[in-house]
Amino acid sequence: MNSAQLLLAAPEFWVLVMACVIMIVDLFLREERRGIIHMLAMLTVIFAAIITLRGDFLANGLPSASAFNDSFIRDPMGDVLKVFSFVLMGLIYTYSKFYLRNFKMFRADFYTLSLFALLGVMLLISANSMLMMYLGLELISLSVYALVAFNRESGRGSESAMKYFVLGSMASGMLLYGMSMIYGATGSLLIPDIAEAIRVQGSDDILLIFGLVFVVVGIAFKFGVVPFHMWIPDVYEGAPPAVTLFISSVPKLAAFAMAYRFLSSGLGDLHIHWESMLASLAILSIILGNLAAIMQKNIKRMLAYSTISHMGFVLLGLLPGTAFGFGAAMYYVIVYGIMSVAAFAMIILLSSRGVEAETLDDFKGLNQRNPYYAAIMGLVLFSMAGVPPMVGFFAKLMVLKAVVEAGMIWLAVSAVVFAVIGAFYYLRVVKYMYFDEPENETSITAPVDFGAALTLNGIMIIGLGIFSSSLITICMTSFGV
Amino acid sequence: MIVQELIFYAFSLVMVFAAVAVITVRNPVYAVLFLVLAFFSAAAIWMLLEAEFLAIILVVVYVGAVMVLFLFVVMMLDINLVPLKEGFIRYLPVAAIVAVAMAIELLMVLWSRGRFGVDMFPVPPPHSADYSNTRELGELLYSNYLLPFEVAGVVLLVAIIAAVALTLRTRPGIKVQNPSVQVRTRRDASVRLVKMKSEKPRGA
Repeated sequence: MNSAQLLLAAPEFWVLVMACVIMIVDLFLREERRGIIHMLAMLTVIFAAIITLRGDFLANGLPSASAFNDSFIRDPMGDVLKVFSFVLMGLIYTYSKFYLRNFKMFRADFYTLSLFALLGVMLLISANSMLMMYLGLELISLSVYALVAFNRESGRGSESAMKYFVLGSMASGMLLYGMSMIYGATGSLLIPDIAEAIRVQGSDDILLIFGLVFVVVGIAFKFGVVPFHMWIPDVYEGAPPAVTLFISSVPKLAAFAMAYRFLSSGLGDLHIHWESMLASLAILSIILGNLAAIMQKNIKRMLAYSTISHMGFVLLGLLPGTAFGFGAAMYYVIVYGIMSVAAFAMIILLSSRGVEAETLDDFKGLNQRNPYYAAIMGLVLFSMAGVPPMVGFFAKLMVLKAVVEAGMIWLAVSAVVFAVIGAFYYLRVVKYMYFDEPENETSITAPVDFGAALTLNGIMIIGLGIFSSSLITICMTSFGV
Repeated sequence: MIVQELIFYAFSLVMVFAAVAVITVRNPVYAVLFLVLAFFSAAAIWMLLEAEFLAIILVVVYVGAVMVLFLFVVMMLDINLVPLKEGFIRYLPVAAIVAVAMAIELLMVLWSRGRFGVDMFPVPPPHSADYSNTRELGELLYSNYLLPFEVAGVVLLVAIIAAVALTLRTRPGIKVQNPSVQVRTRRDASVRLVKMKSEKPRGA
């Protein structure tokens, strides 16, 4: 292996080194200078984005290059996902600083653990062997388990961390079991070699299909789609909002990359089998997510069920197995990350002064308290509901187009029907914000950087919608469409 | 050959028995000890497979370190078994259905077209005497599997950080000794010379 190959993993090395540096630097900082940690973390994310963009994969549309005996792959899709992970991470750090300071949890552990989780996301996005996929997944999961229990005074936090840990370990076990079956059937850990072995020996092997089932279970748990969604509402509700910001956005990008690499690059010849599995997972998620969200009084649980239905849409994009479908699913998952980060930022904004905003009632009369932030929240909700010209509409449109092109009209129709039903609970929050009297008259203030980040986030939601072709083109060219 | 097979069957039987005992015995301490027995038998079977490095690691790391720690934990914690068994009967039907369905699926896979029959796998030729299992493993780990190896290290680091972050509580106002200050202390810090008149005996 030469140095050019090593340089392919330069963004990963940078994040790893900086996570360790932040951990050490914190030991020598006094309490009141903790702000330096935040600056270092922001610097890490910004430079990681610069290093990734310098790799010339995005501009030149190079096919791909692999390193470390093919277990690590660098391609345009991975680079796009990584850059958006960094963008989301920058927003997350800006939002969570406000929350952590308000709730006296401003400790460096948050930054170290989340950077390690980001490293896991990057490794999972670039994983080209089953071993690397598992390790990347575990790196994310372990860091996130600890982050969920980050508020040690909160009993709910520890409880949800425990639930997440037990269920997550089960899912990891399932995934490993499936991987061992696929290894047994093909004799290789590397994704390209698995594809080659299946091409040679044929795809009607019961052992392969058996392994595939377990792998799909593992992926479905990571996405949090029905019936592997049980952990999502509890974890979203129990974790501090600063952590929920992360869980609901960045790891989903990695889950998409993993699903694509495993199902399409590796088990592409088994498409006929995983197509039906994903179809049932997707439609169940869209139905249950949207119906259950209507009944929620807790805004975090409502957003959790909305996540489930959105992830159902991502699976809809994956299941036709076409390049257009993968592009659409990738677009959807990025757009969802942007929207979800903004929604949880609003929860952080409302839960100032030591009391967390949790119920929908906290949004009552938001327009009278602060019309600017109410407008941004309105944008987020309309986008999640899929109203044009917000970016969420185009994401749904592309996914549905991919499904219709694959000839699964009934799937597209039922998805649309339940998305329309789902629009009800988004618009209910809008009604609360604009037409109800506030229960709490105090005006809402936020630090400058928080307001700037939220503004940028709002601009992304409407700007990427009006100029929707830019991001769509980037996603589609990653898959050569 | 006969001797090898005898050894294999002996250790396999012990291992299966021990594994069943781990989940059936009531006393958690016995369960841990049975797990040690299962690990030990597995190590012996690995030895038969000429995987001597793995066998030794299993005994040294798992039996020697991990299980001993585990035994300490089990003995330290006062585990009350009654609440753990609550709901066992209530969930039994559902659990039994799932378990039976999975067992049937597994058997179907195992019996499919003789993929796992003994005849499918030829006996591997034994290695020569100077073949070093440890060396081969090391060469693979530091060449083909370099990245996974390093990432596994990062995972362990995260586990350490998470454990510390979740359990370390710094309480203010604890009285701790500072040896360096103690050693550097001067005579004036603790001894005060007071001038006073000599006492006269009472009643003189």
